[in-house]
Amino acid sequence: MILDALVSPFVHNGFMASALAAGLLVSVACGIVGTFVVLRGLAFIGDALGHGVLPGVAIAMLLGLPGMVGAAIGAAAMILGIGFITRRSRLSSDTAIGLLFVGMLALGVAIVSRSGAFSGDLVRILFGEILGVTRTEILLQLGATALIAAVALVCRRPFLLLCFNPEQADTSGFSSKVFHGIMLALIALTVVVSFRAVGTLLVFGMLLAPAATAALFSRRIGTMVVLASAIGAVSVYAGLLASYHADTAAGASITLVATLVFFASLIGRQVFRRQARPSAADRSQEAAARPAAGPRQAAAP
Amino acid sequence: MSARPPATAPVLEARSLSVGYAGRAVVPDLDFTLEKGRTLSLVGANGSGKTTLLKTMAALLAPVSGELRVLGAAPGAFPARVAYLGQFHPSGFVLPLRSIDVVRMARFASLRLMGRATREDERQVEQAMAVMGVSALRNEPLDVLSGGQRQRVLIAQALARGAELLLLDEPAASLDGGGRETYRGVLRDAASAGCSAVVATHDIEEAAASDYAMLLAQRVVAFGRGREVLTAEALLSTFGLVVRYGEGGVMVFEHEGDHHCGGDGRAP
Repeated sequence: MILDALVSPFVHNGFMASALAAGLLVSVACGIVGTFVVLRGLAFIGDALGHGVLPGVAIAMLLGLPGMVGAAIGAAAMILGIGFITRRSRLSSDTAIGLLFVGMLALGVAIVSRSGAFSGDLVRILFGEILGVTRTEILLQLGATALIAAVALVCRRPFLLLCFNPEQADTSGFSSKVFHGIMLALIALTVVVSFRAVGTLLVFGMLLAPAATAALFSRRIGTMVVLASAIGAVSVYAGLLASYHADTAAGASITLVATLVFFASLIGRQVFRRQARPSAADRSQEAAARPAAGPRQAAAP
Repeated sequence: MSARPPATAPVLEARSLSVGYAGRAVVPDLDFTLEKGRTLSLVGANGSGKTTLLKTMAALLAPVSGELRVLGAAPGAFPARVAYLGQFHPSGFVLPLRSIDVVRMARFASLRLMGRATREDERQVEQAMAVMGVSALRNEPLDVLSGGQRQRVLIAQALARGAELLLLDEPAASLDGGGRETYRGVLRDAASAGCSAVVATHDIEEAAASDYAMLLAQRVVAFGRGREVLTAEALLSTFGLVVRYGEGGVMVFEHEGDHHCGGDGRAP
């Protein structure tokens, strides 16, 4: 039965149901935060935050503390580091942030290597352990996701202005520094609560891929958030199912589905647009209506 | 150099003001006032300090020294009463936004974080789009518009703030002839409705038509009534090269710089 193959893994296995719940919460958090990461071009900072939490998690493991506590401390250190670099460094911030995150990654690996089960621990941190999430972790995730949604809702206007033009946020009475800080904190919180499910390395994929796919089809930012969350949710479901039947790593399968959906959408849209291209008469009418230079060219500062 | 007029509370008041970046003055010692309903044009070559002065008025830059009062308070005290349109729009055009969403952003300054948009907000948005002739583009995504259409949308956004003071940085630069006519009419109507405006411009004709003009070349070359200030000599000090033609007409070129700034216009 096809239906059986699609549903029963989640009905008959408690760990699969938990994994699905955790994954869906990751999708919602990443759908909201990823939208702003994509629109503001913060992908690199998101990636850096993902890696920056590693030493925190490693130290927490050595001390026997919950991984999330360590991740939170690591993320806070990373945000402070990024803030310091962007203010002080004469290098391009990409270079400095790149070095910071490689340094944090190396520190994390060095710390983990002191523990007995080095490779096992490292794999769990980097790629997650969605099939082993506990009820407490899911509840924590639920709280964090609700908080992320609430903050994003309250800050939607300054966030939109920041995406459009940070100067407009400032001249509208919303400090661009403050709201940029809040946005970074939301990215950090998303990474911290998602790393148990999909890992510090793969959370970046869940942050970017569904939001980037949604950006291809959305005309409004609200639509983009909903679509990104939905695409993330479908990826979680399909990824877990593939992992169950094909015995592949769950976190990686989920992220793989999300990235495949993005590339398939990108190619599909190109093909569709080529087919739907207007006739020559329509095009000349369109050209007459728009006499100026190509919009992309004109947009370049 | 201040032009002191019949007494209404000044919209802008600068005393020994120096504007610049990171503590380094670009234009020192500015003293001027601008009254309600008056327009001021800032004229000068690239790097002359027009944008720096506008950004200081918009509270995007802190004054290097001296004092600036905007609507009787420190710059930035009343975001809902001041509209600023800058020159660069870094990432805005790749966003999934329709024109009307962009114009609606103007109301955020008064709606703040959680205020609900009212009919009055929507009326301001519709009216601003109508006067700039972009109502028909309301549902168009921003990235399919031409450069001129986008600029009209952005000017509509500045108008929809319903501000008492407009700070506009080369608003007409990418507009075609029709667009410039519309924009000038809109600015005249705004001024007669009591709205003040400071406009950085390369268009000498526009500057001559404004109540006051300030010629900048990292210092104030001249400041006063629009037509009285824009003499060939003052323009020569500002831009470096002035070609006279016709009856009293002048054409201005920058002697360096990478973009055309030659407004042609009629100075007395």
